[in-house]
Amino acid sequence: MITLVEKLGALARCVLEEMGRMVTFVLYALYTLVRNPGKPVHIIKQVHFIGAKSTFVIVLTSAFTGMVLGLQGYYTLAKFGSEGMLGSAVALSLIRELGPVLSALMVTGRAGSAITAEIGIKKITEQVDALETMALEPFKYLVSPKIVAAVIAVPLLCAIFDVVGIYGGYLVGVKLLGVNTGAYFHEMYKSVVWKDVYSGVIKSLSFGFLIAWICSYKGYYTDHGAEGVSRATTAAVVMASVCILVCDYFLTAVLL
Amino acid sequence: MINLVNLVKTFGTQKVLNGLNLEVPVGKITAIIGPSGEGKSVLLKHMIGLMRPDSGQVFVEDDDITTLGRTDLNRVREKFGMLFQNAALFDSMSVYENVAFPLQEKTKLSREEIHVKVLEALENVGLRGTGSKFPDELSGGMKKRVGLARALLLNPRIILFDEPTTGLDPIICRAIHQLIKDTHTKYGFTAVIVSHEIPEIFDIADQVAMLYRGEILEMGSAVDIQHSTHPVVSQFISGSLDGPIQFVK
Repeated sequence: MITLVEKLGALARCVLEEMGRMVTFVLYALYTLVRNPGKPVHIIKQVHFIGAKSTFVIVLTSAFTGMVLGLQGYYTLAKFGSEGMLGSAVALSLIRELGPVLSALMVTGRAGSAITAEIGIKKITEQVDALETMALEPFKYLVSPKIVAAVIAVPLLCAIFDVVGIYGGYLVGVKLLGVNTGAYFHEMYKSVVWKDVYSGVIKSLSFGFLIAWICSYKGYYTDHGAEGVSRATTAAVVMASVCILVCDYFLTAVLL
Repeated sequence: MINLVNLVKTFGTQKVLNGLNLEVPVGKITAIIGPSGEGKSVLLKHMIGLMRPDSGQVFVEDDDITTLGRTDLNRVREKFGMLFQNAALFDSMSVYENVAFPLQEKTKLSREEIHVKVLEALENVGLRGTGSKFPDELSGGMKKRVGLARALLLNPRIILFDEPTTGLDPIICRAIHQLIKDTHTKYGFTAVIVSHEIPEIFDIADQVAMLYRGEILEMGSAVDIQHSTHPVVSQFISGSLDGPIQFVK
């Protein structure tokens, strides 16, 4: 019994220590950003890497997400004779929920894992130490620009996801299944309000921040060679994805 | 210049530095020798504040860097250059960008001035024309020379060399040692070299310190150390299997 309590205590202490380190990490990154923001080129490069280079995968997944929503929505709404509401159903699902969540998950898989691996490799090959020995702040080059870039890029990718998804739903609903074009868009205009849009924007801003924070953190505390980098990358993707879904629930509850 | 006082560092249950004391004189080359795994690189990292000791002090001139915050520590680090064991070049940058990086980030020089300085630095280490190559296209010796060019560029007063010739063939090894000696003569910096290259290191070191079991076992001129009668030092220098240093643990 005592052993079990000891183990639980040790586990709780481990979790608390990790949380404390994570919070300190992100606070220091934000402090560096305010105090010594560095050259805009570092941020622009990261926006290109996280944002522009993720566009293709976002367009692809959003198109098929919208098409599936079109199919499923039509099937369900037809049961109630409300096929005309398809545009509204697709748009609200995408703008409020699927756009922010799925675009963030895709960015985690594509860019988040790369962020962890990049920082992790720089850590184990002493490139981070090299920056420190030059009296340069590693966070200024490796962490802060990524946080800013993710907060800029993820909402933009989410916007692309929403638009492409809506046209994916249009393609299936209107062109394949025969829903009226006017009804599709009119219902959408009627039902989507400003609150839906900004709740989606707040979600994707938060998810962008989470992705950069968790993935940079896991990379920065990598050790034990290539295997350590591999472990850190997997842990970063899993942790960021879970945090996105958990955070999504709480944000939805607050923003509804 | 650098003064280490009662330095203790423990990893888990292993005490790597055990009340170590060492004084590095100004403008001289100090070599630190000792068996593998004895904490030579750890010692070097303490000198520049990359590691913090469990107890003890590290004085760089008048500053005890173990007590400094990040800003003050960076002010002290301005005095340093460091050549890492694997050169620690930025792998996403070309050789030119690697060497130019400290100048771009820490000085207000124009692009033209930086260009001239980088070409000169690469010329000095015998790497003219390699600016467009990336670190993964370079041999081990070339990487170390790029690392040296980068470390020298801001004219630091202290340069730390972590095994600058490990894994290189004897000719490149001698070339790197000669390069260190020549640049030291030219710029007059204080150098600390961690090395296993016995006896070559004695040719360039003004002072040699033997690290063993977390302490400086013996320190003196290269000649003194070469003729040491201490059984550990003499066994290490001769490379003999018989003696107090146990290789099979």
